[in-house]
Amino acid sequence: MSGWITAGEAPGRGSGRGRSGLRRLRESRAVLAAAGGLAVLALLAAFGPWLSPYSYDALDWRHLAVAPGFTAAHWLGTDPLGRDLYVRTLYGLRLSLLIGVLATAVSVGIGVAWGAIAGYVGGRTDSWMMRTVDMLYALPYLFVVIILATVFGRGNIAMLFLAIGAVGWLTMARVVRGQTLSLKRREFIEAARATGLGTPAIIRRHIVPNLAGTVAVYATLTIPELITFESFLSFLGLGVQEPRASLGSLISEGARQMLTAPWMLLVPAGVLVTLLLCFNILGDGLRDAFDPAAH
Amino acid sequence: MHSTPPRTEEAPAAVLQIAQLGVIFATAQGDVPAVQDVSLRVERGECLGVVGESGAGKTQLFLATLGLLPATARVSGSATLGREPLIGRPQKELDRFRGARIGLIFQDPMTSLTPHLRVGEQIAEPIVRHCGASWSQARRKALALLDRVHVPDAACRLRQYPHELSGGMRQRVMIAIALACDPQLLIADEPTTALDVTVQARILALFAELKREAGMAMVLITHDFGAVAGVADRVAVMQSGRIVELDTAAAVLTSPRHEYTRALLERTLTLDSGAGPRSPAAAETAAGSQIALAVTSLSVKYPGRRSWRGGGALHALHDVSLELRAGEALGVVGESGSGKSTLARAALQLIRPSGGRVSWMGRPLSGLSSRELKRLRRDMQMVFQDPLASLDPRMTVGAIVAEPLQVHEPQLDAGARERQVIRMLTRVGLAPQMAGRYPHELSGGQCQRIGIARAMILGPRLLVCDEPVSALDASVQAQILDLLASLKSEHGMSILLVSHNLAVVRRICDRVLVLYRGRMMELADSRTLFSAPVHPYTRELLEAVPVIDPRVQPRRLALARLGESRDARGEHPPSAGCAFRGRCPHAIEPCAAREPAWEVAPGGSRVACHRFRELADGILGPL
Repeated sequence: MSGWITAGEAPGRGSGRGRSGLRRLRESRAVLAAAGGLAVLALLAAFGPWLSPYSYDALDWRHLAVAPGFTAAHWLGTDPLGRDLYVRTLYGLRLSLLIGVLATAVSVGIGVAWGAIAGYVGGRTDSWMMRTVDMLYALPYLFVVIILATVFGRGNIAMLFLAIGAVGWLTMARVVRGQTLSLKRREFIEAARATGLGTPAIIRRHIVPNLAGTVAVYATLTIPELITFESFLSFLGLGVQEPRASLGSLISEGARQMLTAPWMLLVPAGVLVTLLLCFNILGDGLRDAFDPAAH
Repeated sequence: MHSTPPRTEEAPAAVLQIAQLGVIFATAQGDVPAVQDVSLRVERGECLGVVGESGAGKTQLFLATLGLLPATARVSGSATLGREPLIGRPQKELDRFRGARIGLIFQDPMTSLTPHLRVGEQIAEPIVRHCGASWSQARRKALALLDRVHVPDAACRLRQYPHELSGGMRQRVMIAIALACDPQLLIADEPTTALDVTVQARILALFAELKREAGMAMVLITHDFGAVAGVADRVAVMQSGRIVELDTAAAVLTSPRHEYTRALLERTLTLDSGAGPRSPAAAETAAGSQIALAVTSLSVKYPGRRSWRGGGALHALHDVSLELRAGEALGVVGESGSGKSTLARAALQLIRPSGGRVSWMGRPLSGLSSRELKRLRRDMQMVFQDPLASLDPRMTVGAIVAEPLQVHEPQLDAGARERQVIRMLTRVGLAPQMAGRYPHELSGGQCQRIGIARAMILGPRLLVCDEPVSALDASVQAQILDLLASLKSEHGMSILLVSHNLAVVRRICDRVLVLYRGRMMELADSRTLFSAPVHPYTRELLEAVPVIDPRVQPRRLALARLGESRDARGEHPPSAGCAFRGRCPHAIEPCAAREPAWEVAPGGSRVACHRFRELADGILGPL
């Protein structure tokens, strides 16, 4: 019985993890494709417009409502005002991505802090914090957005951001609180208390890092949700205003020209669907890989 | 090694015959063999004990036999039930065997029953599925089965849900399910590991009885020699996937031939293995030193569930007082629900007591602000029951051990902290390279060493250990306890050790407190308690600790079997009088009338029992 490792202490696992590793490997093809697709879309959104000689608000009077093709470098056609659809779609994609990612970051920030504190501290604090969330949930958000739009003027990006962020963090806070409640009962949290760590330190050092998996997964699923929400607002005319474009406003415009210029609907709608599909596959893949229940 | 009897056609086929069985897992790191070249047979009416440490492949062996391994496993060799081969059969056909001709019992009775189904339905289901009985027939059979596994009020239990039953009752229900279709073979994987010592003895007694009466073949898989001693006829010892010794129980347990078996037996904790490395003078020095921790008539109530019925509060601790001197080790023993963990936590103020006082070095802890309490935590650290769960899965071992330093000695720079962590890791018997690993990569024993390192790094003056070894292999338990004992003599700290197993407490404790349902039953110094126990409950606990001797253990199990009828009476705590009287074999009239006082018995131990004089004088014999 010399030495610090004995036969009996050698870990006897391997089967469980090996299996989940294999499963992840099999699924990773779809996840990898989705991640690749997202990277391509992000690169296009960032640099794509430079490839075209046109800018998003330039009018080309000689080519009004032309179909996609290689005439005059309007690769994806133009709208009835002669604006290049390729540039406008990518510009819209950029805005949608930006709003989706930034609003998610904000909702993660607020949601994690709110949920972790409510869940860990518990008691009356928890009640008050979560009732606040319930009340915000109960507000008819569309109504709120309309009021905000009238107050700040339509098309104010900051307002849009605020409205979307205000919706996004509520669900995140609930998810995080639920996770925190189960973490709180784990023995290592009690061990931290016995060590002498204070509440803020426990939340910072032990609760939040252990939430990372859940939060990452949930955030990837929140991004498409918020992008859809922005598109929805823009479709209703409450979001981004002319001459600027987001995917939602482009789809709304395209829907009006559906019969005469179907490409105006199909191009931005195709990009939106691809974007959402990629995010959702990635989110599902991450959830499967991180889900503690799957191991 | 072992010899397989020659296989001739005339010989009656063994119930289970395994030949040259191998299991290989395909992993990312390549093929890992889990079981290699195992051959064994189990006859009708025979119990084979399969003993080995975790990771020895004993569970994999039988999962392979039953076709329950994941797809990444490759199984070679053969296994036959009667004359029918099991390996290589499609799952559909194997379903006819599992649950019907082979009964299975798993370790954790908490998780292997479906929570939303009534017990009766869960027993009846295999009968309906496999034997083609109607539901009403199946229910009648379920009732008979519960009677057979000695569940009291069987008719009433059938309508209950698993969460309404105690751990021992649930395991009996699991056994009833396994027996539902009169299987030829019963496979029990660690059936008693998650249970209290007293309940463990009862369940093992039930196995012995089933083997005798039903004449079925039985396989008992366990890490603990104590569990096979009274039940198994033959014992196979497994080490890293191979059987290293296979012989009659008497031969393996009393005169083991293989070196590994000898080592395992030596390391297994029993009452006979006695006290660990402890200087005899330690107890005397401790007796004269200062009182470190004083607990005075401590009570803890958990508020009952708030409902329209106004559920009553649970009285987890009732008027418990104790004194722990500097450098002394005090053991607290009792079954689950005895309040021993609550006592440990209340002593550290992790739980707010509802009454009574805890003071540390003469200072009452109850009135302290959280800042003052935090400063005092430096002196009082804790080691937890589940070694893996008590370590943050996202932190490296180094970060875990360093955390107390960051909290209490923030002035230390990273280098100094690291040096201390390395020193501590080495002290608890881990290599310094471990600092970079994560808890899930390590074994239970290693994780517990890390838990101890974390608790010890500040050099506390009190270490509270809550079941520090009950989640570990029997062979590792003694090592961890010896580590605690040597740390204690090195640092001169006090230890409060909570355990349900008297053999664990005996290893390192100077004095022992026995709790039952949150009340003190007996408090005595170690030597007195183990040589001359007074309280009937203490005696019952001592009786339940398995003795690894096939000549003695069956008799002890038979005795345990006798206590069964009293358990049912003990399940509902009496509202007045002695809390233990329901289960007590010596209960008399005054026991029901008033609670016994805390008296000094002739042997010097303190005891709460009306009949302590008769018990101490030996007028009332053992159970």
